[in-house]
Amino acid sequence: MLNKEKEEMTKATNVVEMTAGDNSMSAFDVERVRADFPILEQTVYGRPLVYLDNAASSQKPRQVINAMSEAYETYYSNVHRGLHNLSQRATDGFEAGREKIARFINAGSDDEIVFTRGATEAINLVAATYGRAFLGEGDEVIISHMEHHSNIVPWQMLRDEKGITLKVVPIDDDGNFLLDEYEKLLTPRTKLVAVTHISNALGTITPMADIVRLAHDRGALVLVDGCQALPHMKVDVRALDVDFYAFSSHKMYGPTGIGVLYGKSDILNTMPPYQGGGEMIASVSFEETTYKAAPHRFEAGTPAIVEAVGLGAAVDYLEALGMDNVAAHESGLLAYATQKLSAVPGLTINGQAKEKAGIIAFLMENAHAHDIGTIVDRAGVAVRAGHHCAQPVMDRFGVAATARASFGLYNTREEVDVLVEALAAVRELLG
Amino acid sequence: MLDDLRELYQEVILDHSRNPRNFRHPGNANCEAHGHNPMCGDMLTIYLSLDEDGIIQDAAFEGKGCAIAVASASMMTQILPGKTVAQAEKLFSSFHDMCTKEDYEPFDTDDSNGEDEDAMERLQMLSGVRQFPIRVKCATLAWHTMKAAVAGDGECPLVPVSTE
Repeated sequence: MLNKEKEEMTKATNVVEMTAGDNSMSAFDVERVRADFPILEQTVYGRPLVYLDNAASSQKPRQVINAMSEAYETYYSNVHRGLHNLSQRATDGFEAGREKIARFINAGSDDEIVFTRGATEAINLVAATYGRAFLGEGDEVIISHMEHHSNIVPWQMLRDEKGITLKVVPIDDDGNFLLDEYEKLLTPRTKLVAVTHISNALGTITPMADIVRLAHDRGALVLVDGCQALPHMKVDVRALDVDFYAFSSHKMYGPTGIGVLYGKSDILNTMPPYQGGGEMIASVSFEETTYKAAPHRFEAGTPAIVEAVGLGAAVDYLEALGMDNVAAHESGLLAYATQKLSAVPGLTINGQAKEKAGIIAFLMENAHAHDIGTIVDRAGVAVRAGHHCAQPVMDRFGVAATARASFGLYNTREEVDVLVEALAAVRELLG
Repeated sequence: MLDDLRELYQEVILDHSRNPRNFRHPGNANCEAHGHNPMCGDMLTIYLSLDEDGIIQDAAFEGKGCAIAVASASMMTQILPGKTVAQAEKLFSSFHDMCTKEDYEPFDTDDSNGEDEDAMERLQMLSGVRQFPIRVKCATLAWHTMKAAVAGDGECPLVPVSTE
């Protein structure tokens, strides 16, 4: 580890010491956090950048960027192969990323962490291996009405291939997951429940402990799309007792191009391989090939080595800040922003579930989401406008597009104020 | 901040988006296509009535979209009646250039008659999108769909529009 990085880690650790036992807003030093993110220093159209598109992708702290640069500059090589010094160090760095992730989500072992290209590939991996091997005609997969396309389409493809039945848990008008309705959908034919932990389109936090308990009572496995949860709250996969948990690095302050499938070892090791190639084999002859155990069985080819190092650094960063502190900060922002935005005339918040994360999707009278996005952009504010890759839930609310502000650990109340001011310009221009 | 935005959201455009003209499903349309911008979910259906000589007698539309997409569709349906398909396509080409090219010259009279010049003058209202490259797709969705309708494609999944 570079001395500079050590210093920065110590600096971040100090924040935690300062805030021990105290989750108040003032204790979480957001200005010090912001100083870690070089990209936030810029202006756009002459206005300070206000980045409120964290649910799409988050920005990267210097600690992640530096860790990746250090890897490329000092110990980059291929992993798990060479006998030489660099290959050993690269393997150590890569596997350290796996260990950090395992610890961060409290997996039972490092072998339960499969690296993928992202959450999308993680879900597709389960559909293509577990799904193809163990699900057949008439078996049921249950998803919810507020899934991202990445947790809908792989199951539809499996339905078309294997004849499984896809069932959808409804939500209410506030975006709450309807647990009673879910319970009614569970049958002895239900093999898998695949639901989001936090909806990217509505901000709803689903009642995961209950979802898992009810599924397991019926003998079904549970796969969770955890993309929006990992960066924002403490996730303990063993306490939740989920069978699979999928997430992307780039939404949790790490690099693009890498994600994770957590799976219970005993399940992963019953699943056939995903792709064939190097890295995933025990031995190969033209007659027969035997495969390694998980996770390597699912990691054919040269993996995203430096990205794993970067993801590990992102985990270090989040742990140093403390996920409880991050969650408390964002929960304060959500409450503040909800109150401020609700006071904007003609604005409606889409998704007002009882349990919500820092995502606010909204509509305005006389202003289409795109027009809102374009206008606030000129005030330096980055929001998402569109269907958020979750068209079925948009249809559920009868809207084609919403504007969405989604918060990260570096956002401030002042930035919420800038958004609210920019929305006044929307009203001024579009009436 | 507001200058570029005022250029984009001119009163005429806001009027067309709030009160779109020819927003209906005509019974006698013999060409139609469904245009969809998968990036944002905007959807427009364009209906055209072509006579035997290939002249557009009526143009109308339905759908959902942002102010720019709806205003552009509304203005297009006012401009098209009386034009041949070839003229309509040529207008689209000029309009596309107007939306994307800094050096676009509004009134190249070499090969256009007075009517087309007049149409281009009206479409000039939408030229503010040049400063907002991501919004060019909104302004051209109706025109792409019109082109698909006359070509008999039915569906028009919008391919990303080059902003070069």
